[in-house]
Amino acid sequence: MNEHTVKAFDSDIGQLRGLISEMGGLAEDAIAKAMQALTRSDLALAAAVRENDRRIDELEAEVERQAVRIIALRAPLAVDLREVVAAMKIASVVERIADYAKNIAKRVPLIESEHRIEPVSILPAMGRMAAEMVRSALDAFAARDAAEAARVWDSDAPLDDFYDSIFRTLVTFMVENPTTISQVAHLLFIAKNLERIGDHATNVAEMVYFAATGEHLADRERGGLERE
Amino acid sequence: MTDSPKMTARHVNVHYGPKQAIADVSIDIEQDRVVAFIGPSGCGKSTFLRTLNRMNDTVPSARVEGDIRLDGQDIYAPEMDVVQLRARVGMVFQKPNPFPKSIYENVAYGPRIHGLAASKADLDAVVERSLTRAGLWNEVKDRLSDSGTALSGGQQQRLCIARAIAVDPEVILMDEPCSALDPIATAKIEELIHELRGRYAIAIVTHNMQQAARVSQRTAFFHLGTLVEYGATSDIFTNPRQERTKDYITGRYG
Repeated sequence: MNEHTVKAFDSDIGQLRGLISEMGGLAEDAIAKAMQALTRSDLALAAAVRENDRRIDELEAEVERQAVRIIALRAPLAVDLREVVAAMKIASVVERIADYAKNIAKRVPLIESEHRIEPVSILPAMGRMAAEMVRSALDAFAARDAAEAARVWDSDAPLDDFYDSIFRTLVTFMVENPTTISQVAHLLFIAKNLERIGDHATNVAEMVYFAATGEHLADRERGGLERE
Repeated sequence: MTDSPKMTARHVNVHYGPKQAIADVSIDIEQDRVVAFIGPSGCGKSTFLRTLNRMNDTVPSARVEGDIRLDGQDIYAPEMDVVQLRARVGMVFQKPNPFPKSIYENVAYGPRIHGLAASKADLDAVVERSLTRAGLWNEVKDRLSDSGTALSGGQQQRLCIARAIAVDPEVILMDEPCSALDPIATAKIEELIHELRGRYAIAIVTHNMQQAARVSQRTAFFHLGTLVEYGATSDIFTNPRQERTKDYITGRYG
């Protein structure tokens, strides 16, 4: 895309995108570390995830300040306006994604047994899948890439399937090993959190798509991708 | 409100001598709507606006081709009375240009020469109604005999709008009506445009993108003498279809 005649406008938008990228990187990292803390019963790492969430909250507030400032001072229109509005919304969604990671980390010390039941081993794969969706959605934002956003949107179904299968596995395990109920209940919530992270990444993808094209993702069969 | 447009322009070309200023522009001006013409300097938006009440007739080198109709009537037809046309399609200019006469006379002049008032009482009523519609009555009712040129810039511009509507026009053309006004006077004119919309078809040329967004329901983007894009204002400013429109309104133009 061409540069603005007023160069400061480009640097303002660049800063906003930088903040979103930083938030996305931290959220993705929080998911990975929370899962690592879970599988290794690493309480220190779990505490660090909770601690780092503050920085994400600060960044969200910073995105809001910067977006309001751009709207007030630059009066953005068309693609610029859509991008600033998307940035503000994406920041709040990423903040929520990070909250889910924090919630996973909070459960680590609550799982009393040091001994992890066998089905725990499949959760990190689901965690990687969810984190990958978050990364791809934010990469799509950085690159204004509507096609990539659509791809992220499509990848939510496999994550949902993954969740369904983990849910069945855990419930079966719980029935067969009643002494593990407390631990399995936590794992069920963790799986649910990962599934919700995927839903939020899908929301980000929708916002990226709208910012880039001015069309809604759900309408794309009617030729949304041909434009811009 | 009717479905047929108030004015239609089809395949309009305008030349100034050998230079082409407008190339093949077709557009409808709708009743009860404000259309904003935007575009960089020299894009032809003012030239096009002026074809709508034949103001270009006064420019010797100007040549207008194409078909422009008011209620289906060809305004360039030989039998068209240009004075009558300009009463039906009024105009407000960039710089307020009141006559060096009293406030009353500025407004009364048009209705008098067009024979729209049978008596002094009629004329008084037209003057009051026009000044009221232009949002100026309360400010000037006690000094109607003062000179129009003694008013502030914003008041002068509203006086010019009162003068334009005194002859009961159907269409009002405005050529950058606020570019010489401060923000408060501008807001008053914009509010006035909003109020007048239900009564007249209005076309406004503006360099101020935010003003176009605020006052119009339709926006037409001109570039190099062509009409690049024409559509609902909210679409043009949130999701323009043409790359050139987007570059212009987002400040990426050349």
